[in-house]
Amino acid sequence: MFLINYFKGLIESLGSMTILFMQTIYWTLNAIKGGRFSAKNLFDQMSRIGVDSLSMVAITGFSTGAVLVVQIGYQFAQMGAQSYVGGVVSLAMARELAPILTSIVVAGRVGSAIAAEIGTMKITEQIDALETMATNPVDYLVVPRFWGCTIMLFMLTIFTNVIGMIGGSIVAIHQIGLTLVAFKDSILHMLLVQDLMGGLFKATIFGAIIAIIGCYKGFTTEGGAEGVGESTTSAVVVSIMMILAVNYFLTVGINNFNTAYLQ
Amino acid sequence: MIIISNVHKRFGPKQVLKGINLKIYDGESLVILGPSGCGKSVLLKHIIGLMKPDSGQVIIDGEDVTNFDQKRLDALRMRMGMLFQSAALFDSLNVEENVAFGLRRHTNMSDRAIHHIVSEKLEMVGLPGTNYLMPSELSGGMRKRVGLARAIAMEPEIILYDEPTTGLDPIMTSAIDELHLSLKERLGVTSIVVTHDLKSAYRVCDRIALHYGGQIVEIGSREDIINSPNPVVQQFIRGEAHGPMTLV
Repeated sequence: MFLINYFKGLIESLGSMTILFMQTIYWTLNAIKGGRFSAKNLFDQMSRIGVDSLSMVAITGFSTGAVLVVQIGYQFAQMGAQSYVGGVVSLAMARELAPILTSIVVAGRVGSAIAAEIGTMKITEQIDALETMATNPVDYLVVPRFWGCTIMLFMLTIFTNVIGMIGGSIVAIHQIGLTLVAFKDSILHMLLVQDLMGGLFKATIFGAIIAIIGCYKGFTTEGGAEGVGESTTSAVVVSIMMILAVNYFLTVGINNFNTAYLQ
Repeated sequence: MIIISNVHKRFGPKQVLKGINLKIYDGESLVILGPSGCGKSVLLKHIIGLMKPDSGQVIIDGEDVTNFDQKRLDALRMRMGMLFQSAALFDSLNVEENVAFGLRRHTNMSDRAIHHIVSEKLEMVGLPGTNYLMPSELSGGMRKRVGLARAIAMEPEIILYDEPTTGLDPIMTSAIDELHLSLKERLGVTSIVVTHDLKSAYRVCDRIALHYGGQIVEIGSREDIINSPNPVVQQFIRGEAHGPMTLV
């Protein structure tokens, strides 16, 4: 019985999130059509979501690139395959690590903040106040957060890739004994544009997932401060679980696409 | 005219509204009294379309608003203002942005004109010069007054007050009551006030309704209520802990 109720609740939540996503697209088109799309609100959200996450993302990217080179560098050197280090690291970063790790960092920082902010608005009747002033909460609250998160995840992932490569190259030069030119040549030889684009596409989808789950958890907040706390935690946990689950299907889809059209 | 006809509302096992019937005439000030948790705020939220009844109708100017689509509901809400119990100011916006919210979203007024209106409304509620303070810098009473300034910024025809004087000192309560009366006289505003404050209720009402047990148990003028033989009414206005009205 518990399992049945659990899955029923899960399906209901997924359905409600899908409806929220559709409403977000509807209100975006509506705002563009009516000339009401607020660039200022969007840039505010991009700044809060993206610029404020830069330091965390930089540390994550640098550390991942550096550790990856440490882990594989010596093994490759023993096999005389140093020339592949840069390429393997860049492939791992571009295809998987940069989009996944950036998304997890942003889910922790931004997804929780979105859920807390909207959840607080819900329990203090601010959402009701918006409606009484003929303002749709999805239009006013979700649309700028959704696009801010989606666009900034794309950009932050580019940043993570670059920082990861810098971290990796520093370790490769100083610990593995590679030259910068060899490291760079290896990247240029192995990394393809579709590898980068595939990772960035995934990051964009993850950005949308983080924003929709954060907003949904905010809108469904009940009770007082405890309810906000639960929504915040739940937003992060569900976002990360969803990112990991969706990542598998996206990876398979992207690989199939690359095989069918780009090779 | 607003007609609330046989409205029922249930939350889980709790039946909050059990067939409410009420008429509110244009330009009148109706005060709804009742014990905490009896569903007075729920009733207000039905009038402005924030909640839909399980059954029954809310008819405003001859149209049942419970069947309105979003567009018609928004058009109706532009004619209404609501002061929330908790003021419900937007935390991320300053006082001026809060009061100007409706004007910015629904009119093409210049920034200068909007600033002028905001300053005027803030002066009306006794808060001149607070335009650039954030809600976190305001006391509870100040927040409520900013909420009132926001509710009247669009000069609505109908204003819903959800406990407008709770948390205010007696002088400010009196000032808010006077503002309420002046809006009614100057603009012919229809007001529906939910309150526990009997003194304030007597001051601003044309009629008083007592809401208890999901129904309106008594309605009439101030004198009608004071002289009512209904023991529930007498218990409430005397503030007695014991009587036919049970505590929730």
